[in-house]
Amino acid sequence: MATFIIARLTFLEAIRRRILLSAFLLGVAFLILYTWGFYLMRQEALPSVPRSEISSAILRSGLNNFLTLAGLYAVNFLAIAMGALVSADTLAGEIGSGTIQAIVAKPVRRAQIVLGKWVGFAGLLALYLVLMVGGVMAVAYVLDGYVVPNVASGVALIYLEALLMMSVTLMCSSMFSTLATGGVIFGLYGIAFIGGWVEQFGALLQNQAAVNIGVVSSLIIPSEALWRRAAYEMTPPLAQVIGISFSGPMFTVSVPSDAQIVYAVGYLAVALAIGVRAFARRDL
Amino acid sequence: MTHAIETINLRKEFDENVAVRGLTLQVTQGEVFGFLGPNGAGKTTSIKMLLGLVAPTAGSAMLLGAPLGDRAVRARIGFLPEHFRFHDWLSAREFLDLHGRLYAMSASRLRSRINELLDLVGLTPFRDKQLRTFSKGMLQRVGLAQALLNDPALVFLDEPTSGLDPVGRRLVRDIIRDLRARGTTIFLNSHLLSEVEITCDRVAFIKHGEVLRVSELKSLVNGATSVTIRADSLTPPIIAGLQQWSRDVRADGAQVTLTVSDETALPAINRYLVAQNVAVYALTPQHLSLEDLFIQIVGTDGGL
Repeated sequence: MATFIIARLTFLEAIRRRILLSAFLLGVAFLILYTWGFYLMRQEALPSVPRSEISSAILRSGLNNFLTLAGLYAVNFLAIAMGALVSADTLAGEIGSGTIQAIVAKPVRRAQIVLGKWVGFAGLLALYLVLMVGGVMAVAYVLDGYVVPNVASGVALIYLEALLMMSVTLMCSSMFSTLATGGVIFGLYGIAFIGGWVEQFGALLQNQAAVNIGVVSSLIIPSEALWRRAAYEMTPPLAQVIGISFSGPMFTVSVPSDAQIVYAVGYLAVALAIGVRAFARRDL
Repeated sequence: MTHAIETINLRKEFDENVAVRGLTLQVTQGEVFGFLGPNGAGKTTSIKMLLGLVAPTAGSAMLLGAPLGDRAVRARIGFLPEHFRFHDWLSAREFLDLHGRLYAMSASRLRSRINELLDLVGLTPFRDKQLRTFSKGMLQRVGLAQALLNDPALVFLDEPTSGLDPVGRRLVRDIIRDLRARGTTIFLNSHLLSEVEITCDRVAFIKHGEVLRVSELKSLVNGATSVTIRADSLTPPIIAGLQQWSRDVRADGAQVTLTVSDETALPAINRYLVAQNVAVYALTPQHLSLEDLFIQIVGTDGGL
C-alpha cells in the first residue's frame, strides 16, 4: 500500500514539476525533426533504387529499417538519460533537504519508499517509451507501411535497458549525493558505449582481445548489450546479410546472447536490492 | 505505568564524533517534556534515534512500551522535524492527504481530520495553495498539522516555534495545552526557554549528549530564588554570616544578593539581620528565570 502511495507521489511530482510536460514537448520536437529527416532521406535515396521489382522492395525495406532503428537508437539514449536524470536526485535530494524525515517516521518500511519510487519511475519510462517508440515507428508505417520485425521483444529490451539504468541510478542515489550519482551513471554509460564499439570493431577485424574488452564492459554494465540485442531482433536477416542494417553505432556483428539478457535482469535486481538495503541502513 | 519514552544509555557516534554519549531518561505518559541544551548537544540526534531515522550505536529505548523501530508504535506517533522541508509542489490539503495515507488512515476519517486540522492551524483559506507559496510560519503550521493527523499518543516537536511570529507561537502553545488536556505526551525540543517555561511539566538539560539534570519545571523555577537585600551597616562579618543560607553571596555597596534554594529562608534571614542591628530597607525575593537556570546548569560555554 505504502509502495503504491509513493509511486503515485513520484508520478505526481513528474507532472507538477513539469518534468512530464517538458519531456513530452521535447519528444514531440524530436519526432518532428525525425519525420522531416526520414522523409528527405527517402526522397534522396529512393530514385536511385534499381527498377527491378524485387531488389527495389528489398532496398526500400532496408532503408526503412535503417532509418527506424536510427530513430530508436536516439530514443533509447533519451530514455536512459531521462531515467537517470529523474531518479538521480530522488533519494539523495530528499535526504539532503530533509524531506524524507517526516516520511520515514511514518509506519512504513524504508524498502517500500525505494520500491515505490522505482515503480513510479518505471511507469514514467513506460509512458515515455510508448510515446517515443510509437512515434518513431509510426513514421515508417505511415510513409511506407513498414513495420520492423519483432517489435515486442525489441521494445521490451529497450525498456529493460532503461529500467536497468534507472535502477542503478536509484541505487547510487540511496548511497551518494546527487552529483556523485550523476558522475557514476555517466561514467558507466561511457564504459558501455565505448566497450560496445570496441567489441564491434574487434568482431569485424576478428581481434579477440578487442572482443574481450567489449565483453568485460558489458559485464560491468550490460546496458549497451541490451540495445545491440534489441537492434539485432528488429533487423530482418536479409538486411543484415546485405549489410544495410543499423544496429548501434555500428553493424551488429557480435550479437549479445540470451545469457547476457538474463545477466542484465539479474544485474537490475541486484542493483535494486542494494539500493533498498543501503537506504534501510542509512542514517537520515 | 509504562513510560511513553524510556531510554537507557542511548549512544550515537558518527565516525569519530560522539553526538550522543549516553542518554538515559524517562518521559511519563501524558506529560509535556522539555528537552533543553545548547546547540550541538545532541538533541536532534536523540529525537532521530527515537524515531528510527538514525540507528543508535549502543543502548536501548522503548517508545509507548515497544522497542525502537516497531511500526505499530510509529502509527501512534507524530513528528514535526526541525528545518522541515516537505514536497512543496503539493497543496496543503494534498500534503496532509499524503501523510495521512502513509499513516494508513481511512479515507473518510482522513478527510474530516484534514479539515479539522487546517482549521486548527488557521490554514483553511490556503488549503489549495501549493506549499512553495507558503511563508516559513505557514509551513510550520502545516507541518504541525501533519504531526497531529493520526491523533498521536506521543508527539515529537523539534523547534516547533522557530519560524513563528508571536501569534503563531501562542497558537502552538494553545495546541500543546489542548493535547496535554487530552492526555497526549509531548516531547518538546526548543531553544525558546520562555516557551518551555510556559508549556512544560518537566525538563531535561542535556550537554554533550548526556542528561545533566531532569527536573519538574515548577519546583525548579519556584524553588531557586535570588534575594536582594538593601540595608545600612552591612559589615563584612555580617555578610559572611549570610553564607549559612547561601554559598553564593555577592555584596555591592549597600546591596547584597544571594541565591537561596527555597523561600522559607527569607524570614530567618530577616531575623538574623535585625538581630545584628542592621537597618533593613528592603528584602526582595526574585524567581530565577529558566534562562538563568539554563546557564547555571549548562554553563556559559554553550557546550562548545
